Amino acid sequence: MPKLPALSGLTRWRVLLLLLSLLTLLPLAVIIPAVFSPDPAIWSHLVDYLLPQLFLNSAYLMLGVGCGVLLIGVSLAWLVAVYDFPGRRFFNWALMLPLAMPAYVMGFSQLGLFDYTGPLQSWLRASWGDSSWVPSIRSTPGVILVLTLAFYPYVYLLARNAFATQGRRALEVGQSLGLSRVQGFWRVALPMARPWIMGGLMLALMETLADFGTVSIFNYDAFTSAIYKAWFSFFSLDTAKQLASMLVLIVFVLVVLEQRARGRRAYTQSGRAAPLHRLPLQGGAAALAVLFASLVLLLAFVLPFGQIVWWSYQSLEAELNGDLLSYSLHSVVLSALAALLVCAVALLLSYAQRRAPSRVNQMLARLATMGYAVPGTVLAVGIFVPVAWLDNVLLGLFSSVLPQGTTAILKGSLLVLLLAYLARFLAVGHTSVDAAMHRITRSQEEAARNLGWFGWRLVTRLHLPLLRGGLMTALLMVFVDVMKEMPITLMTRPFGWDTLAVRIFTLTTEGEWERAALPAVAIVLAGLLPVILLSKEEN
Amino acid sequence: MLMMGAVLASLSTWSLAEELVVYGARGEQLVKPLFDAYQKETGVNIRYVMDKEGPLMERLKAEGSNSPADILLTVDAGNLWQASQMGLLKPYASKTIDANVPAHLRDPKKEWTGLSIRARTIFYNTQKVKPGQLSSYEDLADPKWKGKLCLRTSKKVYNQSLVAMMLAENGKVATEKTIKGWVNNLATDVFPDDTKMLEAIAAGQCDVGIANTYYYGRLMEKSPNLPLGIFWANQKARGTHVNISGAGLTRYTKKEQAATRLLEWLSSDKAQNMFADVNMEFPVNPKVKPDAKVAAWGPFKQNVINVSNAGSRQTEAVMLMDRAGYR
Repeated sequence: MPKLPALSGLTRWRVLLLLLSLLTLLPLAVIIPAVFSPDPAIWSHLVDYLLPQLFLNSAYLMLGVGCGVLLIGVSLAWLVAVYDFPGRRFFNWALMLPLAMPAYVMGFSQLGLFDYTGPLQSWLRASWGDSSWVPSIRSTPGVILVLTLAFYPYVYLLARNAFATQGRRALEVGQSLGLSRVQGFWRVALPMARPWIMGGLMLALMETLADFGTVSIFNYDAFTSAIYKAWFSFFSLDTAKQLASMLVLIVFVLVVLEQRARGRRAYTQSGRAAPLHRLPLQGGAAALAVLFASLVLLLAFVLPFGQIVWWSYQSLEAELNGDLLSYSLHSVVLSALAALLVCAVALLLSYAQRRAPSRVNQMLARLATMGYAVPGTVLAVGIFVPVAWLDNVLLGLFSSVLPQGTTAILKGSLLVLLLAYLARFLAVGHTSVDAAMHRITRSQEEAARNLGWFGWRLVTRLHLPLLRGGLMTALLMVFVDVMKEMPITLMTRPFGWDTLAVRIFTLTTEGEWERAALPAVAIVLAGLLPVILLSKEEN
Repeated sequence: MLMMGAVLASLSTWSLAEELVVYGARGEQLVKPLFDAYQKETGVNIRYVMDKEGPLMERLKAEGSNSPADILLTVDAGNLWQASQMGLLKPYASKTIDANVPAHLRDPKKEWTGLSIRARTIFYNTQKVKPGQLSSYEDLADPKWKGKLCLRTSKKVYNQSLVAMMLAENGKVATEKTIKGWVNNLATDVFPDDTKMLEAIAAGQCDVGIANTYYYGRLMEKSPNLPLGIFWANQKARGTHVNISGAGLTRYTKKEQAATRLLEWLSSDKAQNMFADVNMEFPVNPKVKPDAKVAAWGPFKQNVINVSNAGSRQTEAVMLMDRAGYR
């Protein structure tokens, strides 16, 4: 990356970067120091009986889900971005839908459909007397498939953005050099979409690594099971924090390696972003495209969503009441506020990186987004502990002024909850915004400056319009992610701010999964809102 | 300014008298009706803050003396035992509770008490198994059940408590043998929850399994024709394994008396039915009869070993299950 001529106040950007990172690094700072006080009895048990297998299991999961989301996400994005086939406009937005369904709900619903007692196998037994030949969904390939279906939209959304903003010029240059469209995909489009695709892949992998809800439904022993065992069975939160720190380290190494491999390549588009001229698919090719997109949509959304709709219908009486409305309202308000906050900070962070692009600053920005790699429950503690500490200090200082019996100042405030979401989801917002930032050329900035645009004016006139697509995607992804979030909401929500996810938790904690279907349906429906807005925006 | 201070002060004293905060891990839908009834009767408003046990305990720890919580309510004695170990609870002083709750269902140090009983016993497919073939948890390790047993994952605290109790009574060697026998007899990989496991027994994927009774009650209420039977385990030995959902006062409660009164009320005849029936559990108070549907399963002998053993032996039990390959 060519060094930018230092604008006024380079240090100002550095300080801003540092401050923003500190905000999200604080929870990590609570979690990581635990590595210095290991409990030998628990560790030797973990190493002897669990960790080797769990590492292996998590590695399979990463490999399988990684390949799966790339395969499905990139191919679908390419298909809807550069070809035309019947139903393309529908698939274009419908393929985002699985994002709105929490992975744990997807897992439970798939288990309900395809396990031994589910409708498919029951029907097979009733018709042919045997279903034992059906491969079990409670297996490594089963878990990989379910997580792939849950997480491919991250790659799909971002890759689609990349292909759409590449413009046709690059592909046309390829064509003039004698590349077919398929060759153009491999030689031109794919390399130019790298920040987006890798960003989506990293999000999917971080979700996979930090996931506990879904793997536990399949009783798949991933690395997180050791974290939860250490905490909830051995009651050693320190061991859980140590294990979580290892997760952060693994993800950090992956991110840095990817960054290194990406090197100094630039991803700017040449010339104006003329929209892609879509190539119509005919006959067999069109049928194949429709078949593929339909199959993914069926497995990832139609079937699992149909299942939870059916369950909700059965528990309608118990769950459909005024409370559901207030849970939904809380969910939507929190998700919207958090999405705005996260995207604003992601934008600042990305812009500060651009203004002060040193290696240290890059690292800092990467570290600031690591909260996504920590299992939610552990991160929740990392957030709650410093807040409670600060409250205790403040309560001690101002005890004479405060009314007697005051037990909280910051604790349980909306502000803390929103900052907690920021620590968790900054990665999601940052990935999309930062990738879009790569599309803006230095010469565009130079030209804008020659027009006399500086500072805020430069950002609003040049960057914001060009980042629009990336920002919208970021808003959408953070919105639905916050909607699905459970452990942090549980621990830091203000009193009375129960959300749909909290309702799902209170029901599933007593094993009432089917009753939890209605709030799950509500989450999906609320998640539809931004999906539709985004697709409107694109048209 | 002065007036505002006075108003604030009076507001806070009012809320001091009229409100209790309960941190709980029991489903809100199960406790809300009780708290509503209590408010109607006494005027005391109860704020219920729900989360998992682990995070709730961390919360109490981090808040220290500034915690707003007055009561910690959890399921499984193991969790309450842990909270007491961490110094998060304070002993209650109440003869009423001691009179209402049998000694084996509360903490010997009086830091917590059980409020409902959850029995964990054997269930079988009525088309494949006769009750006469069944006897005890330990018997399910016998090779005659090879390929016929279904179990829930060992990650669930209910199984950890069951094994902890077996450890306390049968010792390490015998218990490890039993668990290994279970694992050898499994018909399929262990299940994520009791309901799924019961459905698998009914569908014929396996013949027998171990579950909490209220899951059975719920399932049978929904589909009464399932070929699923309940068998009270270990009746010829020490009795069926029982655990509790229960509660204790938090260490830093500023409303000890009011909180104790709520605990007393919860263990009283009046509240016990409401507490247990809403989830088809058994009342802890022996003077109170269980719900008719629950009573229909017949009387059974409870194992009267103190439930606090579930906590003190939990780590050992989990490690044993890991060694035996019980996932």
